[in-house]
Amino acid sequence: MYKIAVMGDRDSIYGFAAVGLEPVIANNAEEGSRKLRELVNGDYAVIYITEALASELEREIVHYSERPLPAIILIPGVSGNTGKGLSSVKRSVERAIGSDIIFGEE
Amino acid sequence: MAQIQTNPTRMELTRLKRKLQTAKRGHKLLKDKRDELMRQFLILIRENKELRERVEKSIEGCNRNFVLARASMSREAINIALMAPKQEVYLEADTENIMSVEIPKFRFTTRTSDPSDIYPYGYAFTSSDLDSAVKSIADILPDMLRLAECEKACQLMAEEIEKTRRRVNALEHVMIPQTEESIRYISMKLNENERSSQVRLMKVKDMMLEEAHHYKEKNGLE
Repeated sequence: MYKIAVMGDRDSIYGFAAVGLEPVIANNAEEGSRKLRELVNGDYAVIYITEALASELEREIVHYSERPLPAIILIPGVSGNTGKGLSSVKRSVERAIGSDIIFGEE
Repeated sequence: MAQIQTNPTRMELTRLKRKLQTAKRGHKLLKDKRDELMRQFLILIRENKELRERVEKSIEGCNRNFVLARASMSREAINIALMAPKQEVYLEADTENIMSVEIPKFRFTTRTSDPSDIYPYGYAFTSSDLDSAVKSIADILPDMLRLAECEKACQLMAEEIEKTRRRVNALEHVMIPQTEESIRYISMKLNENERSSQVRLMKVKDMMLEEAHHYKEKNGLE
């Protein structure tokens, strides 16, 4: 049985608590990396993380992305969509194919 | 092509020939693996992109709803309303194997299956904006989970494709040509040895015949 966590600043994530996801509030990079480590080593299958926080924890997220679980997924926070989530998808395309052929067509 | 140091012996030649055969077979298999992985990846990544665009749009909507809810209620009231969530998500994770990549498969069940029974508060002290906010988040949850599954699969497959491609290239451009070069070198060396011993034998035979019959002297006499 796995759990799902949502990380980010309070305003962006408290809504997810209403549907049974576990909110983990982190306001700065240091707090974020500590809590992220706890979550990764706990039994969480999915960790949603706001784009704002993710941009401060880039190194950690890349480091953990090699594990099969948990999946660390970026979501836009309350401050708006920065396009970072899509760019992470783009990055995996570039990694696999060598050049971006999916997003170039727009 | 850089020549690796090899002993020009027959045993080495057999060993290298066997190695070349294995390398060629491995190269073909890995190439097939790469192509199939790429095909699967392209299907998945398109879905991933669509899902992500949809989820991001709906999360934005949710955030808007929550901002509205917060505007009409005090922070404490919202905290109290959402303090004890009624809904819970039970998530089971399996792994599925696509071309030796373990990708996660999620199955989830929610505690209350009735979509109108997700609100963890009584309606008396909350605004209706909060209701629609909670509802909008509950609605996108399945999509979010599918996104998680899909995106993780894409990340893992991208990594595997990269690894496989490196292996294919190493075999194709380094391993196989080098081995072929060595095989050529050894077989030429062996042929050369053979020729030189043949010549030596002919020479020795000549000398022995000369000793027995003294052709030169006879020729000289006439």
